[in-house]
Amino acid sequence: MTNSVVDAPPAQVPDELTPGHSRWHGLRPYLPLVALVVAAVLPYSTVNLPGIFEGPLNSPGTLQLLAICLVFGGLAAGYDLLFGRTGMLSFGHALYFAAGVYGTDILVTKAGLPLWQAAVLTVAGGTTLAALLGAVALRTVGIAFAMVTLAFAQVGAILVARDFGGLTGGEEGLPLDVSGLPSALVGVTNTVNLYWLALAYLALVVLVVHRVSGSPTGRVLAGLRDDERRIGVLGLDPYRFKLVAFTLAGGLASAGGVVYVLIVGGASPHITSSELTLSLLVMVVLGGPGTRWGPVLGGVLYMYLDHRLTAFGSSDAVDSLPAFLSHPLSQPLFVLGTVFILAVYFFPGGVASLRTRLTPLLTALRPPR
Amino acid sequence: MNTVVLLTLTGLGLAALYFLVASGLSLVFGLADVLNFAHGLFLGVGAYATWWAAGNLPGAGPDGLGFVVAVLFGVLAGSLVAVLVELVLIRPLYSRTIEQVLVTVGLSLAGVALLQATWGADPRTFPRPAWSRQVTSVLGAQVPNAGLLLIVAAVLVLGALLAFLRWTRYGLIIRAGVENREMVTALGIDVRKAFTLVFAIGGAAAALAGALGGVYFGTVSPGQGGSLLIFAFIVVVIGGMGSVVGSAYAAVAVGLLQQFVNYYGTSGLGDLCVVGLLAVVLLLRPQGLAGKVAHA
Repeated sequence: MTNSVVDAPPAQVPDELTPGHSRWHGLRPYLPLVALVVAAVLPYSTVNLPGIFEGPLNSPGTLQLLAICLVFGGLAAGYDLLFGRTGMLSFGHALYFAAGVYGTDILVTKAGLPLWQAAVLTVAGGTTLAALLGAVALRTVGIAFAMVTLAFAQVGAILVARDFGGLTGGEEGLPLDVSGLPSALVGVTNTVNLYWLALAYLALVVLVVHRVSGSPTGRVLAGLRDDERRIGVLGLDPYRFKLVAFTLAGGLASAGGVVYVLIVGGASPHITSSELTLSLLVMVVLGGPGTRWGPVLGGVLYMYLDHRLTAFGSSDAVDSLPAFLSHPLSQPLFVLGTVFILAVYFFPGGVASLRTRLTPLLTALRPPR
Repeated sequence: MNTVVLLTLTGLGLAALYFLVASGLSLVFGLADVLNFAHGLFLGVGAYATWWAAGNLPGAGPDGLGFVVAVLFGVLAGSLVAVLVELVLIRPLYSRTIEQVLVTVGLSLAGVALLQATWGADPRTFPRPAWSRQVTSVLGAQVPNAGLLLIVAAVLVLGALLAFLRWTRYGLIIRAGVENREMVTALGIDVRKAFTLVFAIGGAAAALAGALGGVYFGTVSPGQGGSLLIFAFIVVVIGGMGSVVGSAYAAVAVGLLQQFVNYYGTSGLGDLCVVGLLAVVLLLRPQGLAGKVAHA
């Protein structure tokens, strides 16, 4: 396929479409690295950003919020491997995340295992679970697949809520027993280590998703998204490739659960609900499905807004509005849901596509030279 | 024996609730290929509108004829919201399945949050007619009247739906559209009018489920629709998308299974059995008990 007999003629690129050779252009490949370094040294800053965060940047509260945002950025990037890159609409991704959270929590708190053993066992278990359930669910396609994954995740939610064997703590959740954890991960003063852990998780997910989507397997996955029948005609088995993507995404999600339980210090049943999967979907669509940074941005922004809109909703500015405005605005989910619907209509590519969408507007506004 | 009768009748009551939600979902999916996550919202709207009407609407009240007026108001409100959702949000995305699902997901999040913002997150006591709180003796078992009311309502809705589908012109169009939408369009019939109609019917049935579910549970809360919706989805898939009769059979199977296993086994085991039933049906008969194969 690749070694075609006739060489294609060199493409004629119009002058105005060749990218300008500015200094900026040479730097672009290194921007992710720069962003990573900036994010890594962020906890050393004591800058106060009133209105954006409640305390200075290195205060434990702000760092915890940032860490949660980073974990969800990673989760959204992992979910995008299914939705944006392979075209699988799974409504059960919360199950594998919850497996990571509850698995670690139960193994550490109830079984008394050291953290690293619990983490390894949990991620292995979460990946196996994804492989097994994916093997069943992938026998269906499209909407039926969405339904089956939703039902499987519902089983997880019921198991956690009904508290079989007294393992999960039921409705009240299960606080993490910190006595056996490494001391660097425990306590308010060590929040910064958790922040770095979350950052490392995000970097790992972005790296894995990037490597996979650049590999031959990733091209097959993109092909499955665009035209599954054609992949079948080419002699490749769609089922196996989809199962690989599903298993990998499940494993990444359970790893995210391990990090999340350390940051939050316990497990609560709401993370097993289908609403978590729905919010992952919202994050990916808001950010831009199938792009490298879109889902990450979407996840970070969504979690940030979800936390901060609560404070915004109870602020004086909103309270002084008439009741029919202030009550809905005090509900983060109302604002996010509305923004999401608008995004589906008017910005199908999400945040990541804003640049290309705004460029014509900006060029039109720029004074002629 | 008493226990079996009681469990059967309460199970059928649950099945009636599932059927009322699932029949609309199934028709909407079968005809318009829309997986409607906002269906739980219609249920919430119906429940809250009934609750509001019983307290505030002149002529409506918590008892007697006033209660009927209140329920009618709730059903009308649910139907109206469903039609608005179809016209404003779903129609522009005609035949773009994934986007339609995404919009209904967003709507379910925003709508439930809006209900919560307006009436608070805590459950509200539902106005119940006095007789619905009493029990009737059936074959020696004391069955709550609210459950019987649900069963009667669901049977009436099933009969009305079947009669509508079988003997009216629009029913014919809907049946034909579920079978082969392209062909109906090719014959020069505007199938989109039928979409709106199906949304109105589904919204009305869901709102009725909300109102009668409020009587059954005694309270109404914003999240009620969402938890019922997942089981309604399961009923739709087991019954076969687009089939009202299939939904009815599946609802009865799911309701009875859940009630019996939850009583004789551990609480919660019944819910797991339902999902197991779903997995078995999907693996052995992916098109459901009756109905067409679910396409992407």
